[in-house]
Amino acid sequence: MPQIAQISETFASQLFWLVIAFGLIYVVIGRGMLPKIEATVEQRDRRIAEDLAAAERARAEADAREEAYRAQVEANRAEALKVTQAAKDAAARATEQRVKAADADIGRRVDAAEADIRAASAAALADIQDVAAEAAQEMVAKLAGASVPRERAAQAVRAALANG
Amino acid sequence: MAAEEGKIDPMHQFEVQTIFDGFNLGGHQIAFTNSALWMLVTLGALWLFMLGGMKRQLVPTRWQAAVEGVTGFISNMMHTNIGPEGRKFTPYVFSVFMFILAANLLGMLPLGVVGIHPFTVTSHITITGVLAIVSFAIVLVVGFLRHGFHFFSLFVPHGAPWWMLPILVPVEFVSFMVRPFSLGLRLFVAMTAGHILLKVLAGFVINGMNADAAWVAPIVSVPSFILMVGISALELLVAVIQAYVFALLTSLYLNDAVNLH
Repeated sequence: MPQIAQISETFASQLFWLVIAFGLIYVVIGRGMLPKIEATVEQRDRRIAEDLAAAERARAEADAREEAYRAQVEANRAEALKVTQAAKDAAARATEQRVKAADADIGRRVDAAEADIRAASAAALADIQDVAAEAAQEMVAKLAGASVPRERAAQAVRAALANG
Repeated sequence: MAAEEGKIDPMHQFEVQTIFDGFNLGGHQIAFTNSALWMLVTLGALWLFMLGGMKRQLVPTRWQAAVEGVTGFISNMMHTNIGPEGRKFTPYVFSVFMFILAANLLGMLPLGVVGIHPFTVTSHITITGVLAIVSFAIVLVVGFLRHGFHFFSLFVPHGAPWWMLPILVPVEFVSFMVRPFSLGLRLFVAMTAGHILLKVLAGFVINGMNADAAWVAPIVSVPSFILMVGISALELLVAVIQAYVFALLTSLYLNDAVNLH
């Protein structure tokens, strides 16, 4: 087995060249190139992670905007409904008021007319009494020849009218 | 490959051959060998592979995606086994994983066909042993730096009754000290055994073809060749698995050092 048979003559040279070759591999490749390659990979991973996060953020923002838009539409619809309702209520109230005012006006005019009628009929009744009292005076004077005072005649007429 | 005429030595592939003599360092001859050459080839291949991942584009190219797949694989392993603190050790574990993986795979290249014989760097206990000792040393240094002498509580299993400790602590201690050996030997043995098996089968194929009797070739060479195809695929799998096991065990041992229990 040459590995063991030759060991005393060759170990120094093998060691020397191993130190050089492996030392260069360690320094140039292990310490020099490997960290740069790892940094590239890390940078790429970070970039991908950042892009994913940005996409996620954008999606969340879009969701929020849509939500806000929906809410706005909903609010607008509610507002419109409220305005319509208020207008309807106001119109109804105004109509009611005008009807009430017209009612009151009509009532007042009816009352006035009734009062006029009552006054006219009372006046007519008084006229009738006067005329009847005069007629009764003249009838008594012509038939009995007696002069009856105006107060008695008026009294007799009132009594006769009251009896019907 | 053949050491002598008609005799194929499956161990010949593991021989370290001097390409040029190099220099002398502290009494030791530092020769540039085929082992050194293939370590540098491993370094170059890894550097080229990683260079394709340095484009740093947001949308990765295929090559970049492949490099990022490998780095991500080790980073994830460190994160799951150690936690956020595992990041500090990712460069080391990644270097070990990639070095072993590339050395294993380069050793499997069928370049012998064109006369270049690949040398599997990781089939030498010298190399795997040093890597294992480095991993173990990092575990020890990190463990003692973070926890001080409290690190010895690693040998006391959770919830064990006190009267069991005289038995458990030595067992835990031995299992801890055996780690660098198992780590280094596992890789060395797996690589060596696979390559020997392939070479032995290749020897069957060649010897069968060279046999005097005509019936030997179809009976011996053809099944051996078919078997070689299967074993080569298996060896590619082993090359990846052994690199993974080394890196995984290193990360698990580091987890002991970082988080104790």
